[in-house]
Amino acid sequence: MIDVISTDLTSTTDLVINFTYVVAAALFILGLKLLGHPSSARKGNALSSIAMLLAIVVTLFDKQIVNFELIAIAMIAGSIVGIFAARLIAMTAMPELVSLLNGIGGLASLFVAWSTIEGNSQLSHFVLIVTFLALLIGGVTFSGSLIAWAKLSERITGKSITFSGQAIFNLLLVATITFAGYLFVTQPELAPSTTTVLYISVGLALLFGMMLVLPIGGADMPVVISLLNSYSGLAACAAGFALQNNILIVAGSLVGASGIILTQIMCKAMNRSLSNVLFSGFKTVVKNEMVIEGEVKPLSAEDAYYVLEAAQSVVVIPGYGMAVAQAQHVMKELQLLLEKNGAEVAYAIHPVAGRMPGHMNVLLAEADVSYEQLFEMDEINKRIHNFDVAMVIGANDVVNPAAREMKGSPIYGMPVINADLAKNVFVLKRGMASGFAGVDNPLFFKPNTRMIFGDAKETLNSMIRQFSD
Amino acid sequence: MDGVYLLFILMLSIFVGFELIQKVPATLHTPLMSGANAISGITVVGALALAGSEGMGEYAAYIGAFAVFLATINVVGGYLVTDRMLAMFKKKQ
Repeated sequence: MIDVISTDLTSTTDLVINFTYVVAAALFILGLKLLGHPSSARKGNALSSIAMLLAIVVTLFDKQIVNFELIAIAMIAGSIVGIFAARLIAMTAMPELVSLLNGIGGLASLFVAWSTIEGNSQLSHFVLIVTFLALLIGGVTFSGSLIAWAKLSERITGKSITFSGQAIFNLLLVATITFAGYLFVTQPELAPSTTTVLYISVGLALLFGMMLVLPIGGADMPVVISLLNSYSGLAACAAGFALQNNILIVAGSLVGASGIILTQIMCKAMNRSLSNVLFSGFKTVVKNEMVIEGEVKPLSAEDAYYVLEAAQSVVVIPGYGMAVAQAQHVMKELQLLLEKNGAEVAYAIHPVAGRMPGHMNVLLAEADVSYEQLFEMDEINKRIHNFDVAMVIGANDVVNPAAREMKGSPIYGMPVINADLAKNVFVLKRGMASGFAGVDNPLFFKPNTRMIFGDAKETLNSMIRQFSD
Repeated sequence: MDGVYLLFILMLSIFVGFELIQKVPATLHTPLMSGANAISGITVVGALALAGSEGMGEYAAYIGAFAVFLATINVVGGYLVTDRMLAMFKKKQ
């Protein structure tokens, strides 16, 4: 690595490069630290981008780099694509963008590994092992993210896709990948050429990524996106090992750690283990002997207005349906009217509401709702019985009291927002279809619940009209 | 020995990562993920040397350049979209 004693030009440059990497690593860490609060987060992101700029610029001084033409073209093209993607994306499509970026990150690491193999004939076993890992993780991240993206944007069905013998197929796939890895590292004389093994390995990795994500249903997407986020970091990390580059390892493992923590949080919020999410999905719902008592009581938006007008406090519980109906802006309008009317308005966000961690928070932020009015599940549950009205907008499983009171329900034990404990519950919903888990929701049958059927945006709009009259 | 040294760095940064990320509030989880996307674009640093060197053959350089292209999308797109999101997070007036 760095030879501190010798003072010829090359090693001085190396020293400067590596020292700058240390500074960049510190800035990355500081940037993440500032992400600990919404008021300082933007500064944190800026700091992190400065770190990246530093690392890139100083790397260009590397004596190895002599041909700048290709680099310039690649960087300009990449910047243009990046700028357009960041500017044009709608906030509701954030999960799709993040999973695409996960995939691109994975693919970049795959190509770094590939280029390393292509450009060097004499590599140690250690480097070959980590290069293979970078190739594998990168490939899995790429194809897995593409499938996740297709599911999120509904280009393919959001439901779990399975076929018989899938478990055996996957086992065989893992065995083949292991064997390919063995050939790749040891390069025995009888084996096909390294390039052939390389192509086969890439193909296998891509197939494996698809097999990993296809069986996972739409409601489990927050877990998958977090996991792939983590993989994209780990792929960068493995590439760092292959190139013996410190900054790749530091930055990659920060991303890897971040994804793993988010994955854990998501799994906990669904009361499921990671292996349960990955390998079984929600099994087809067992016939429930428990009968839900009570009847569904529909209510018109006009009648709901009278209750809202008298309410002192309202808690809004949004779900994916709010994103689909794009109802966040009208909700903010209604919030202002309610507040003018003297009511307190709070938002309760379940960790897995929406299609990715923090999805609802971003949408509400877009609608100008202050983050101080957003509360996490545990905070709101402590005082939910004090609220006059709980408005459930396009959420289902995350407010399902069966998780609390119906043993044997597939979602029993999952932490939920106890909307049913509020004095009145309004459920804004298109129809009576059950949620992603395919479980009936006893909340709809509770005596204090009123269903307001129709498009959430329309419903909220007609409430707003009543207020203005 | 080099490998062990790199593992050392890996171990320390994973611990730092865990400590830091645990303190990120749920409200910022989406920007955290897109910010992480941007950081994972650090691969660009590795790809630069591969794309720009002459001794490894044209083929390797082209593949390296493609990696630079991809990682730059992540860096630029990731930071910009994160900034766009974070600018929306406001306190109550």
